[in-house]
Amino acid sequence: MSKRVGMEVSIAVAEAVKLANADVIAAYPITPQTHIVEHLSELVADGDLDAEYVCVESEHSAMSAVVGSSAAGARSFTATASQGLALMHEILFIASSMRLPIVMTVANRALSGPLSIWNDHSDIMASRDCGWIQYFVENGQEAFDHVLIAFRVAEDPEVSLPAIVNLDGFILSHMIEPHILLDDEEAARYIPPFRPINRLDPDNPVTMGDFATPDFYTEVKKGQEEALRDSRTTIDKGWQEFAELTGRKYQAVETYKTEGADILMLSMGALGETASVAVDRMRDKGLPVGLVKLRLWRPFPSDDLLKALGGAKKIVVMDRAISFGAATNPVAAEVASLLYDTEPRPCIFNSVIGLGGRDVRVEDFEAIVKKAMQGHTYPGPVGDYDLIGVRE
Amino acid sequence: MTSKEKAWTWKEIPVGAVAEDPGSSSQYLTGGWRSQRPVFTPDNCVQCGVCYIYCPDASIVMTPEGYPDILLDYCKGCGICARECYMATFGLSCFEMVDEEEFR
Repeated sequence: MSKRVGMEVSIAVAEAVKLANADVIAAYPITPQTHIVEHLSELVADGDLDAEYVCVESEHSAMSAVVGSSAAGARSFTATASQGLALMHEILFIASSMRLPIVMTVANRALSGPLSIWNDHSDIMASRDCGWIQYFVENGQEAFDHVLIAFRVAEDPEVSLPAIVNLDGFILSHMIEPHILLDDEEAARYIPPFRPINRLDPDNPVTMGDFATPDFYTEVKKGQEEALRDSRTTIDKGWQEFAELTGRKYQAVETYKTEGADILMLSMGALGETASVAVDRMRDKGLPVGLVKLRLWRPFPSDDLLKALGGAKKIVVMDRAISFGAATNPVAAEVASLLYDTEPRPCIFNSVIGLGGRDVRVEDFEAIVKKAMQGHTYPGPVGDYDLIGVRE
Repeated sequence: MTSKEKAWTWKEIPVGAVAEDPGSSSQYLTGGWRSQRPVFTPDNCVQCGVCYIYCPDASIVMTPEGYPDILLDYCKGCGICARECYMATFGLSCFEMVDEEEFR
């Protein structure tokens, strides 16, 4: 029977990996992800989790090791953040191209330089196009649940793709929150045994991770792209089955008080909680403001987002990373291209907030909305966005 | 790769681009990349096998008599055999790298 327990979110994530009965964990410690793999190493050392824990000398090796273990048919997990994700970068693309259902949590942290151990989304945005399924979670329960969901979906033979669960470093990873855990029987029922499509097997040898001449590369990439887009069906199925098991329902796009809202804020990750408090306050003052939260980043839930944003006159897109020199920042760019053909086209305002751990307060969201209410019309000049809180 | 495989659509490519025919790289003849060819002079050879060990593409096999035999279907003409040959120390390398044009 499920029970509610208070624990650090990182520990809950590790417990979810244990419940998923991972076979191989290869990881290198890096702040703010360390507590996840630290706890997993304890679980393995204490005999509570029957898994191979591979101590590697870098994240490049960590990702390489789980590519190998997943190819051998082992349920494989790793976790990282920031520089660690950057060091994994080249192997990320290999894992997705080889269609290996590795699950990884990224405790999102700013990229150096200057060196910052604190939270933003610059790490994952630099690896955005790696071909993995990418979730963003808002609180500890979602983080715990999505480790299980990620395994369930990734290993489905209809998908066979790796998945990243993004959880904000420190502001989520290090919080102590109430979690409703699953028991072993429930987890086993939810995640069937891993049955890989291809497996390294001496009795039935195949070559994996080989090279492709120009005769094949385009077709391989097309197959990979279609697989990631099609994974949405299984992601929805995974959420549906999870709701039947636990009563906790998840969707690609969630809305909060969007009915009758002229202005919508759009956020990803833990800031959604703060933004929802801001929405409550502004609604109390009679302002027509709502919140849209993007839980699924890849495959991008275009239809759901169009539906959720439809009807709003102004949309404020929160980015947690700068795309240097770009027309606009990563999330805003995606939303703007999605809404280009809508009639009437809403005004889009882009706010970059919470870089490198800069605190984001309820008042910041109120100020952003206030400015948007008075603001100009879209499209603005290239590179027109607000860097919230920057000292001029 | 066969002409049949070359016509594969994206739906026909195995998941993860797995090659279900392992060890098939021997079907890919890399000798066509070569711009220079090692030409062997048996009179210089002391049968040390250094060329066989150093060849990065395993394109040198040793004959039962103990001499190197270059597999020209795979040799990329890197010249490592000619350079590493023990007899090269005395200016008597067993291999001379000759432009492929000479053989056309």
